[in-house]
Amino acid sequence: MFDIERWQEIFETLKKNRLRTFLTGLSVASGIFILVILLGFSTGIENGVRSEFERDATNYISVWTGVTTKEYKGLNPGRRVQLKNDDYNTITDQYSEHIENKSAIFHRWGFLVNYKNESGTYLIRGAHPGYQIIENADIINGRFINDADVNELRKVGVIGNRMKLDLFKDEDPIGKEITVNGINFKVIGVFTDPGGERDEARVYVPITTVQSAFNGKDDVQSMWMTVKMSDNFEDAVKLSTSLSQNIEDQVKQRHIVSPDDTGAVRIFNSLEEVKKIYTLIDTIAAVFWFVGIGTIIAGIVGVGNIMLIIVKERTKEIGIRKAIGALPISIVGMILQEAVFVTMFAGLFGLIAGLGLLELVGPQIESDFIKYPQVNFNVALTTVFLLVFAGTLAGFFPAYRAAKIKPIIALRDE
Amino acid sequence: MIQIKDLHKSYHVGTNKLHVLKGLNFNVKHGELVSIMGSSGSGKSTFLNILGMLDEADSGEYVLDGFPIKKLNEKVAAKYRNEFLGFVFQSFNLITYKNALDNVALPLYYQGIKRKERIEKAEYYLEKVGLSEWAEHLPSELSGGQKQRVAIARALASDPKVLLADEPTGALDSTTSFEVMELLQSINDEGRTILVVTHEHDIANMTKRIVHLKDGVIVDDKLVEQVRVAENV
Repeated sequence: MFDIERWQEIFETLKKNRLRTFLTGLSVASGIFILVILLGFSTGIENGVRSEFERDATNYISVWTGVTTKEYKGLNPGRRVQLKNDDYNTITDQYSEHIENKSAIFHRWGFLVNYKNESGTYLIRGAHPGYQIIENADIINGRFINDADVNELRKVGVIGNRMKLDLFKDEDPIGKEITVNGINFKVIGVFTDPGGERDEARVYVPITTVQSAFNGKDDVQSMWMTVKMSDNFEDAVKLSTSLSQNIEDQVKQRHIVSPDDTGAVRIFNSLEEVKKIYTLIDTIAAVFWFVGIGTIIAGIVGVGNIMLIIVKERTKEIGIRKAIGALPISIVGMILQEAVFVTMFAGLFGLIAGLGLLELVGPQIESDFIKYPQVNFNVALTTVFLLVFAGTLAGFFPAYRAAKIKPIIALRDE
Repeated sequence: MIQIKDLHKSYHVGTNKLHVLKGLNFNVKHGELVSIMGSSGSGKSTFLNILGMLDEADSGEYVLDGFPIKKLNEKVAAKYRNEFLGFVFQSFNLITYKNALDNVALPLYYQGIKRKERIEKAEYYLEKVGLSEWAEHLPSELSGGQKQRVAIARALASDPKVLLADEPTGALDSTTSFEVMELLQSINDEGRTILVVTHEHDIANMTKRIVHLKDGVIVDDKLVEQVRVAENV
């Protein structure tokens, strides 16, 4: 295999048959190239869709209310349904064994927030400690709201990183006082959110504080909770679906809303949505794999075909070589070594070209649904070897047969 | 050099058995220049193929320079072909993508000789057939006579015991044919044993001994007065 004389002979043959070498290489390289690009974009789409879901926890249920649209038990339609602290407490207590994190929300828009000379308008959101997980907020400095803050109606706030940059610039905001609509709050933490600037232009404060400070009584605008995940995704979806159904029924009952009134009490079950998206991602991945495997099969057939033609074309040469004393095994070996060299070289070239293109173009793609297209290097390398192996196998049998032909018959071949 | 005793060979064509060689007895001494003649179907090509170890006899004895040629495996057959025999074909059978020099050097590659030595030897034999200036040319750039001379140089390159030529002038015009025969005569003069298969009488007359084959048996085997090409053309 590492016989220098043999390699010289092979390189000479390849050099003298440039077109053949080029065509073989092209079919292998383009096959691998297309596969790499396909798999890369498949991963890119998956990454993109996944990151869309990273804004919030993927297993939450949220409940909010609106206006009734149906007459029920003597009550007229058009009545506004208002959630109360009591609803939140009762429901979260009742299903506590299935609920991991929970929070009620009461927020105010458009309040002016000041720090020294800097000011801006932000969302003031009252929440429970569990909201950090639900919103997927990451604390980069200080801490999030805790139970004591809620119980004692502390005037503390956790500000988004955008807000911190707007109001504090480079200053450390922890422990500083900000003024919200004339009321002072102490900053206890800074968070970032995968949801981006939109989700960072807000301040989280204890829900009880907002309710009392901004005339909220015991009103709640929405309720949020995350469902405990079981190991089996399907089970989790099932649990989440039945839980959200029960909660919806219960809230409707408490507020005397018709069971088929879809406007008055609304519920969002993210796991069910996630399941749909995952199914979509799986489908997309399956399609890409299908196309990719098709490409590989086409590549293998192509390489096999070329090998067949090469051997056929060289039958006479094989006869000549045998007549002047070549061993059949050395002829087969030479043809295969040549084939392996060409397909391997071209395959790796296609692989590198594909990876290079992904590397180059990947970061330029500005789409919410395609992010970081990339390829599992091992998968790509495996396909190269698969292609080389299949091509070699496809070439072996005709080469072996040709080498077994009596030289006198091979020589007659025109 | 060559001893053949009671050689038989038959082919199966469909259900029929075609008895091609029916008990040949034939000896060649060192340094002979023998032509084998016969009409098509007489078995002369089959006979040459068996002599060249490209085909194997059904029964009989074949000894080449003391080595019995019988039931050789591929490896030994290839080695013997390479070391004992040089082939010259009617259709030249040069490798089309190799230049003249590389074609001549190829048998040496299969002897495991290093590249530098291969090229030196090939250059020597190419000069011997008068084609030094054409060393870098591809077969497609050479005339028929030149191609056959390259083929002869290739056959000589491995310094074989016997040169086997199958209708070496079959594809050439008479002038070129005589040039090729002149070359073969001069090689024979140096003491190399040569067997030529031909159906042309004037070519056969340029050898020293003519063997006639007919229907698979030798009907005539006689020494002749050699016609020297150089003196007659």
